[in-house]
Amino acid sequence: MSTVAASTQFQSAEAPRTFKAAIVMGVFALVVFVAFGVFGKPDNVTFQWSKPDDVIHIPDFIVGSSLVGLAIGAILILIAAIVAVNASRRRRNPQWISLIFGFFAIIALLAWLAAGNAVPFAFILGNAIVLAVPIALGAMGGIMSERVGVVNIAIEGQLLTGAFLAAVVGSLTDSLLLGLVAAMVGAALLSMVLAAFAIKYLVDQIIVGVVLNVLVLGVTNFLYSQWLANDGERSNFPGTFDITPIPFLSDIPIIGPALFENRLTTYLAFIIIPVLWFFLFKTKLGLRARAVGEHPLAADTVGINVARTRFWWVTLGGVVAGLGGAALTIGSVGAFGRGMSGGQGFIALAVVILGRWHPFYAAAAALLFGFSIILRVWANQVSPGIPTDFITMVPYLVTLIAVVGFVGRVRAPAADGQPYIKG
Amino acid sequence: MTTTPKAVKADARWSIAAKEIVSGGAFRAFLSVLLGFVVGALFMVGSNEEFLKALSYFTARPTDALTAGWGAIADGYAALFRGSIYNYNADNLVAALRPITETLRFAAPLIAAGLGVALAFRVGLFNIGASGQILFGALAATAVSTRVELPWGIHLVVAAVTAIIASAAYGALVGFLKARTGAHEVIVTIMLNYIAAGLLTFAFRQESLLRETGGGGTPKSDAPAETAQLPLLLGDSYMLHAGIVLALVAVVIYWWLMERSTIGYRFRMVGHNADAARTAGINVELTFVAAMAVSGAFVGLAAINQALGARAGLTPDIDGSIGFDAITVALLGSSTAPGVLLAGLLFGAFKAGAPSMQVIGLSPEVTGVVQGFIVLFIAAPPLIRAIFRLPAPQKTTVVADWWARLTRKKAAK
Repeated sequence: MSTVAASTQFQSAEAPRTFKAAIVMGVFALVVFVAFGVFGKPDNVTFQWSKPDDVIHIPDFIVGSSLVGLAIGAILILIAAIVAVNASRRRRNPQWISLIFGFFAIIALLAWLAAGNAVPFAFILGNAIVLAVPIALGAMGGIMSERVGVVNIAIEGQLLTGAFLAAVVGSLTDSLLLGLVAAMVGAALLSMVLAAFAIKYLVDQIIVGVVLNVLVLGVTNFLYSQWLANDGERSNFPGTFDITPIPFLSDIPIIGPALFENRLTTYLAFIIIPVLWFFLFKTKLGLRARAVGEHPLAADTVGINVARTRFWWVTLGGVVAGLGGAALTIGSVGAFGRGMSGGQGFIALAVVILGRWHPFYAAAAALLFGFSIILRVWANQVSPGIPTDFITMVPYLVTLIAVVGFVGRVRAPAADGQPYIKG
Repeated sequence: MTTTPKAVKADARWSIAAKEIVSGGAFRAFLSVLLGFVVGALFMVGSNEEFLKALSYFTARPTDALTAGWGAIADGYAALFRGSIYNYNADNLVAALRPITETLRFAAPLIAAGLGVALAFRVGLFNIGASGQILFGALAATAVSTRVELPWGIHLVVAAVTAIIASAAYGALVGFLKARTGAHEVIVTIMLNYIAAGLLTFAFRQESLLRETGGGGTPKSDAPAETAQLPLLLGDSYMLHAGIVLALVAVVIYWWLMERSTIGYRFRMVGHNADAARTAGINVELTFVAAMAVSGAFVGLAAINQALGARAGLTPDIDGSIGFDAITVALLGSSTAPGVLLAGLLFGAFKAGAPSMQVIGLSPEVTGVVQGFIVLFIAAPPLIRAIFRLPAPQKTTVVADWWARLTRKKAAK
């Protein structure tokens, strides 16, 4: 009996031989190779790496659209093969390999969409980053709360609160910084409600999250239509942060303008993501937080105050998500619009899972959604004939496939969603 | 002192029963609704210009502010009443009764979709994919109702059955993915919502698929063929159609399914404790798939309501906010058949009352505030108990016993 148990234990210690990832990647690679390459359009496509006013100008790269499809299709097939070989040798595939795969797939899609046209690379990348910021910050808030074991469905509500308060306080006080602070405080208060209900009163966390979303949507919709819509000049006209290029860094070709010619909210996101990673994985505080999320009883036994840790991490998560909300208004368009988060909080929730509760991977996943939004806008302009509704669906399909295919075996923090009752 | 022991016992029984009622879910739901209306009133007052003006000289003449404030509340809720129940300002009886029929019309899809979400709740699943299931069902129904020609009667049945099957399949997909790969249903349903919206928009935009005949670039379908429309219930002067009948039938089916049938017992067992159910020999994975399919089928009734109850072409926003309102309906109704029915009627009344609130210059979105606070209070029993100083849930079963005796007597007769 015991030997049987021991042998099964021994077997399960090895990496399982699963070809799911390889198969999914292989299918994608073939689609790229055949649809964009073999049956692709022969017209030339111009990759514009630099904007005309850049300091260092990289010449445009002109190539046949179908050629790009063939070349990238081949590369993707190669990557899928590597993944398959790794799987057959029971070796774990590094996580970044799917990121590289995704990056090449996007380039191929760009080349296919822009056949006979130009790909303004800097423009697309820059916009994708700006659009990804609210999603990424919402996801960081989600990670902070889920890492300590509180499921946060209320990201949508936090984004909306942040967006609303940033615009309204920003206009009424004529100070964007005050608007930013108000957004963070407001979303943090919302998080405190979630934390109090979830931790103190042990109410189902998912239900509280949904309820908070309904509540915030109801309140902001009412205030918008009753107040902001009639008094927009004074209370919903905040303006936006200035775009401030960072000297020297913004002169780097290709990525410089995209990364270092941005608004304050975007820069804050650049800072928060690595700082969160550092705190979570390199400091004592982060270790304690993760312990609380994985095994609250053990954490309690060694003297960590589970309830307090959870409360403050969830609240701080709200601060970060509120910043993401501010990025929606004073970080990009200015005025608040009715229900303007438009489901981005739910996307952030998916990004948390897709990014495996890890700040960097979550940021990369958020960027994928940023790309998809700008691609839809851009593809409409370049070639109106293409069914953009399908491009809209791509990131959701990718998330679904990833959650079903890849992430299934990557687990959430063990105590995610479970209340802890001190015994 | 003179009371006999028996009388004392009876007295105690009454007080225990009272305590049970006061601490029970139905009473708490009632208080939550009441409190939601109170908070809504505060929002009405706070956004009322007359009141704010009067507030600036509050210390000089406080009555002005109070009258203005009271006026704002009274006007607001009177408009809601006129718009959703009975319009006492109307010229004739037909017009006066129209509001209540509108409430029923708006309530029908909320009840149906609410039942779907409620069923998933009872199995321990969180179906926030009602929106996607409605869109997918509506897509299927529209394909039949605008692109297929069938005789009167049969056409409607075929379109309706198609919608139910499509919605159920879309729901079952969630259960299948969860059972097979362990993917969390919340994420899967969110993604499927967007995918369904994309598919529907695509189909409504392509001329070869479902685009309006002679329509332009905006995604819109034809109106459902007359043979496939849900028939009007009360003649041409009211817009109420047979959707509400479907919803009421669904309530009865839901009650029977969850409270009386074997499969409902299995559903509830998995919801209470999946591990125990597994030990008892229930196939939990299969139950997830079945429950999501049935949940989707109920939501499919809402799809029928939206797609076949329409008299004009459909646009991609046919779901409205029903998919998400259904969650709050299920929460407010605590996932029981009568609860969902009442909650659906209440939220239907909110929707029906919107135009008449708009007329008096009050944003109808105030019902969204009321709705939000109601579910907040519902979701947090400790909060409402603290506000009203209610006793904690009782472990006695005086009321239930009394009810059981009553119903058993009736059954015996």
